[in-house]
Amino acid sequence: MTQALKVPTRRNAELLMLIFAVFIVVAAEAAVEAAHDGTISSRLITYAAVPIVIGVITHLVIRKMAPYADPLLLPIAVLLNGLGLVMIHRLDEGLSQQAKDIGESYSDSAPTQVLWTAIGVALFIALIMLIRDHRSLQRYAYTLALIGLIFLLLPAILPARFSEVNGARIWIRVAGFSIQPGEFAKILLTIFGAAYLVAKRDVLALAGRRIGFSLGRRFFGFDLPRGRDFGPLLAAWLVCIAVLVRGHDLGTSLLFFGLFVVLLYVTTERVSWVIIGILLFAAGAYISYQLFGTVQTRVDVWLHLFNPKHVDDGYQLRQSLFGLGTGGIFGAGLGNGHPELVPLPATDFIISSFGEETGLFGVVALLVLYAIFVGRGLAAAIAVRDAFGKLLATGLSFLVALQLFVVISGVTRLLPETGLTTPFLSYGGSSLIGSWVLLALLLRISDAARRPATTPPVRTEAQTAGVGG
Amino acid sequence: MNSSIRKVAAALAVLMLALFVNLNWVQVVKGNSYRDNPQNRRVLLNEYASPRGDITVSGTAVAHSVATKDTLKYLRVYPQGRIYAPVTGFYSLSATPSPYLGTTGIETAENSVLSGDDPKLFGTRLTDLLTGRNPRGGSVELTIDKATQTAAYQSLIQSDNGQPRRGAVVALDPRTGAILAAVSTPSYNPSQLSLHDTAKITQNYDRLKNEKSQPLLNRAFNQLYPPGSTFKVVVAAAALKAGIKPTDQLIAPNGYFPETGKTVSSCGNDHINCIENFDGEQCDNGKTASLAYSLAKSCNTTFAALSVEQLGGQKIAQQASLFGFDPPYANRSNPPNFCGEPRIVMPLPVCNSTPGARVDLTAKGFLARTAFGQQDVRMTPLQGAMIAGAVANDGTLMQPYLVARELAPNLDVLQETQPSQIDQAVDPGLDQDLQSMMEGVVTSPEGTGHPAAIPNVVVGGKTGTADTGRTLKNGQPEPPDAWFIGYAMDNGIPKIAVAVIIENGGVAGNETTGGEAAAPVAKAVMEAYLKGHPS
Repeated sequence: MTQALKVPTRRNAELLMLIFAVFIVVAAEAAVEAAHDGTISSRLITYAAVPIVIGVITHLVIRKMAPYADPLLLPIAVLLNGLGLVMIHRLDEGLSQQAKDIGESYSDSAPTQVLWTAIGVALFIALIMLIRDHRSLQRYAYTLALIGLIFLLLPAILPARFSEVNGARIWIRVAGFSIQPGEFAKILLTIFGAAYLVAKRDVLALAGRRIGFSLGRRFFGFDLPRGRDFGPLLAAWLVCIAVLVRGHDLGTSLLFFGLFVVLLYVTTERVSWVIIGILLFAAGAYISYQLFGTVQTRVDVWLHLFNPKHVDDGYQLRQSLFGLGTGGIFGAGLGNGHPELVPLPATDFIISSFGEETGLFGVVALLVLYAIFVGRGLAAAIAVRDAFGKLLATGLSFLVALQLFVVISGVTRLLPETGLTTPFLSYGGSSLIGSWVLLALLLRISDAARRPATTPPVRTEAQTAGVGG
Repeated sequence: MNSSIRKVAAALAVLMLALFVNLNWVQVVKGNSYRDNPQNRRVLLNEYASPRGDITVSGTAVAHSVATKDTLKYLRVYPQGRIYAPVTGFYSLSATPSPYLGTTGIETAENSVLSGDDPKLFGTRLTDLLTGRNPRGGSVELTIDKATQTAAYQSLIQSDNGQPRRGAVVALDPRTGAILAAVSTPSYNPSQLSLHDTAKITQNYDRLKNEKSQPLLNRAFNQLYPPGSTFKVVVAAAALKAGIKPTDQLIAPNGYFPETGKTVSSCGNDHINCIENFDGEQCDNGKTASLAYSLAKSCNTTFAALSVEQLGGQKIAQQASLFGFDPPYANRSNPPNFCGEPRIVMPLPVCNSTPGARVDLTAKGFLARTAFGQQDVRMTPLQGAMIAGAVANDGTLMQPYLVARELAPNLDVLQETQPSQIDQAVDPGLDQDLQSMMEGVVTSPEGTGHPAAIPNVVVGGKTGTADTGRTLKNGQPEPPDAWFIGYAMDNGIPKIAVAVIIENGGVAGNETTGGEAAAPVAKAVMEAYLKGHPS
């Protein structure tokens, strides 16, 4: 035994946490069924099986293929995915009753979400098995960027009948399936961004002109980058504007730009990029506000939510606030509220559904889960040794955090509503599959971060599996 | 790179904190206002998610919830709704933005018990929660007597000419204050306002609201009428307290000028300064009459002169106050809102009765008319029953109440109303005299209340024929309101006190018509109760 092999893999901690996660999901589903039917039905087994199966499979794969991976990321993902499924199943009950009352038909979302979960987990396993070292992704940076850009811009280029849902042209609808390619684009472009910035790191970090003043020996102010180094930032900015113009997708555009600014900042460690980024964002926001009616409406709804002129376009957000307010501190109890009164309760507004039924306590618990998830991702970024890994892990963690912030601040009226899904929790194939892909990459990086440096990666895994098993 | 990653982490922590603070703002600080927002249907859906408790009368439900198949899972129905509407009220879609829909009556006053939200029902709620049973509301048992209430409604609404009559009946148990009957006609069916279809509710409500006969008005508790001669009972009580005996001879002219004290044998055409008896009738010998005779025959001039010359307004106001009236208000041209801050909440709010403004009790011309319940004297039918009840109960005025018991879903008693005394309105010794005088109204040859007499039962009462002060389209005064307040004794035990008013039920200028219209209704109500409660 070498010294390096004594680093604990912490797989048993992960297993314990997974059991805990499964327990919470089963309890939640039991509460929903008790509230709806008065008894616990056989469906409980179906919905309990999902977290158990995905938990067991992913855990075994991780044990074998990424033994040093962070032990909390996977259980949190399984828990969120499972709770999301419970809520989607619960919303099916409310929405189908609602449809029945007005004589319409309704098809359940939960079985579809189970299918998406299966696909997401399959892709997760494939990625963990295929990508033995995250650094290998650097080699495909430009290919991935190209695919990402196509994904991102395709819906905007396609005719509206193939791409528009609820006014946002961010979909590709083929043969009864609709996917939101932006969910994958953001991961692909994060990989590209990290690879590109690592390559150009030294150039970008070079000082241009200094702006500020000196006091004694200390300098107050910042270094302005050279003009030509603005290139990549401006390019990213233009792509975001393009997404906004064609796709009317405020959320994605904000997400991309924030992501790129943060990657730039982490690469160069220079505040100037953040300030420039914020200025560019402000300019973009101002221009889009001036140009697009949808943006103006969103802002006006946000500011004057209870004004009678917003009786229709403010309905969803008002219902969201009513749900959250009615839930109060402890919530109505799972299955006892009326989250189906909020339009789109399972996708953009799933946080409101949780807020109504599990109260402030439930939503804050979810927030803490996400905070731990992001925190573990950033910890992996700090611990991993290569710059690409650092950037990629930071970028992916930041994506989750910013997306969560944008969507929750939207449904709680902290900021204008922009329309994004909640990672792992929301209904939707693209979002869920994308989240599992993101998790695979983060786990791979965290595995690299904790793996003893002395042994080559592949052999270590084989040895550990042999020793541990 | 690591230091900037840490700074990113710190920035993200700030964002998370912002979310946390905002969630507290939305769910805790603003939570109640969002929950109660009229556009929020959740509270409504929750209210209709579990069965509301019954309102029961003599063991039968007069309001109960039945299961439906729509989103609002229970429908509120009111068997015999018209009879009980003034008591039950209605339970309508309260969370809709329409300004007038909501709940009224016992549905409002006992909402917390009926809905199951009352802290007294905490144990039941906890059990329901643990056993997974739908939470249910508790039930409310009313003091109303089914037979009495039904008799009151039937006899009030049936007139000789087939036209439905407008009016109210209130009956109570003199010894406890328990309300035995409370009807108001014309009535409405609360079931029509408790539908789940808001368009139909609105349509029904608008129709009721625009009806000239005001079926939604709760005349028993929330309408003030000039009491007319029934108020003479209050003045007679004040006179007894002032030392006047029932047999004492008082001046009883045919015409009386309160400003000067002049008595005449006829007012002639001066109906402004001169007070006369109804239709210019003569009391006894036309000069003097005893207090008992004057009450029995309802002599206006006697009570006017007695009030102006001997009692003074203050004593009348004090006696009225002991029976439950408001004190006189300050400004005659600016009367207070008598239904604003109710003195009696039983648990329905009852409009306050008033003897008038201060000047009505000091200025001689006003005081003379106050003495026979005109001028600015106003009274609810419940107040009328309270006066009769106090007299029957040896002068003790009991707090009226409508809810006998509140019961948990498992029929455990949550609360039982204990009778309580408001005041000793009349000294017990003097009250014997007052009882004799009121019984004289029904039995003596000169009495106006003969139609209330019940064989083998001691009945006391007082008739009233009150000018409304309103005129018809042709300029003639409206027919006066017909009043009767009274009680029935069984072997010396006061069994029931009752007040009846029939709007425009009398004939102008004829005192006996009040008794003829209202007293038979009172008789029917008392008989119905005595039949069900023999001693």
